[in-house]
Amino acid sequence: MQQFLNYLNSTQTPGETGNFAWATIYILIIFGGISVAVIAMNWLERKVLAHMQVRLGPMRVGPHGLLQPIADALKLLIKEDIMPAEADRLMFWMAPVIVVITAFTVFIVIPFGPTHAVTDMNIGVLFMLGVSSLGVLGIIMAGWASNSHYPLLGALRSSSQMVSYEIAMGMAVISAILMTTLTADGAGTLSMIQIVQAQDKQQMWFLFRMFPFGFLAFFIFAIAMVAETNRAPFDLPEAESELVAGFHTEYSGFRWSLFFLAEYAAMLAVSSIAVTLWMGGWMRPFSHWLAGDTWDAFFSFFPAATFFLLFVVALAGTVRMPKHAAFKIQKAGLGAFALVLGGIGVLLLIPPVKDRIQDIYWFVAKVSVFMYAYIWYRGTFPRYRFDQLMKLGWKVMIPVGIAVLIVVAAAPAFNFVW
Amino acid sequence: MRLTALYLFASFSDFQQGRGSVQMPENYVPAFIFIAVALAIPVVTLAIAKAVRPDNPFGTKLMPYECGVDPEGSARGRYTVRFYIVAILFVVFDVETIFLFPWAVQARTLKAFGFIEMMVFLAILIVGYIWIWKKGALEWV
Repeated sequence: MQQFLNYLNSTQTPGETGNFAWATIYILIIFGGISVAVIAMNWLERKVLAHMQVRLGPMRVGPHGLLQPIADALKLLIKEDIMPAEADRLMFWMAPVIVVITAFTVFIVIPFGPTHAVTDMNIGVLFMLGVSSLGVLGIIMAGWASNSHYPLLGALRSSSQMVSYEIAMGMAVISAILMTTLTADGAGTLSMIQIVQAQDKQQMWFLFRMFPFGFLAFFIFAIAMVAETNRAPFDLPEAESELVAGFHTEYSGFRWSLFFLAEYAAMLAVSSIAVTLWMGGWMRPFSHWLAGDTWDAFFSFFPAATFFLLFVVALAGTVRMPKHAAFKIQKAGLGAFALVLGGIGVLLLIPPVKDRIQDIYWFVAKVSVFMYAYIWYRGTFPRYRFDQLMKLGWKVMIPVGIAVLIVVAAAPAFNFVW
Repeated sequence: MRLTALYLFASFSDFQQGRGSVQMPENYVPAFIFIAVALAIPVVTLAIAKAVRPDNPFGTKLMPYECGVDPEGSARGRYTVRFYIVAILFVVFDVETIFLFPWAVQARTLKAFGFIEMMVFLAILIVGYIWIWKKGALEWV
């Protein structure tokens, strides 16, 4: 127990302390967190999309459909799993496994706080880019192994789209790396933790650094990451009207849900990378502009305040439930959920917890902005045509990416920085 | 960034010789634990699903899906050559990106010299880029 508290207080990542039991606990916490985030995202996406289209969305399973994702997971678990007779059995089996592994492995280098990363590799950014792009292999395998027309076309589209946008993404990432060299000692870094620390030292998010070039690089990354994860408006690989469901047309049951899990885990991963590179990672907003103990104390109440707000929303939902005997259980359930949220809010007010939760809270808050944006894009933008998509990737994103890269490199090289 | 794997390997040997800022093995073992857990999740859930799901296959059910009609031809046929062009162009530009990373870390130390060196390298690539644009390799119609 004492040792455990020592690890909590240490200033090193689990990888650096060299205790693998501690590292394993950490890894399991991260997997639990991702699973909860995917479940929450599944519910939120349906609800938000529904409300954008003036519908109600899931309402039947649990109060306001809160238990819908769990019901879906159970349904998929007991559903028959069809493997086409002509499929390449080994590849068909391996494809979802590879996609899931690559989607999760990126989280090794994501820093949720100065000490809250599984391990701090000094080549973190390269590791992230290398691993996240291996997901293409799983998609190609899925499309090829199905031995069917739609999956093959979906896989080809998906892979060519992902590799095209990966170049622009790489350019944007290099611009961020170049910005890390603008600290006083002039040393650049590829470590994700040190990238955030560089933003702390420069007292500015890279989003606003060398305005508007930091913003442009971020903008390129933000577009490329939507294309990388095959989400709307770049969801051509699974364009329902043309390709049924793209590369996972032949997948059913739990294998399909692994692709679903991987897609959402990849969305979380790229959003986390965008937050780390451009939006100050775990730093709270205005950490230098509004500095001082008073402001620190003010911002430290945000985690609890968020949960109290959710508590009030859930409580309002409980009160507004129809007054009918059939809604009794739903009402009790939503009330209990509100109390759980309020309880978490109270828990976050206890000083030791409050201090330790700050980094993680701000990181998660920034990531959730991106996750909401993903739903928003899907609700508002029409889908691209494939030639438009490739044109945007090769003829707009890459030249702009190279131009931003050259400017960001040129200014410091000739001692002209703003 | 498949070529990143090569770079990762190079840095790996750097660590072993103690040139890295952190000790190699301690920092990388959690990564392997993480990958093992990530492998366990799909394998275990698929095993559970296999135990509880019904299994009742028959010929029509196992046919490739083509919106209800019998499948037309084989999926192992030919497809447009443009996907190959994209693949080739990707390799070229991806190698370029990998070469930019080491320079980006040292950009401030190398100052104008490093910048001009890298611009020469980029200029060669940009000439190639303009050429493929003019040649119509980026057109998709």
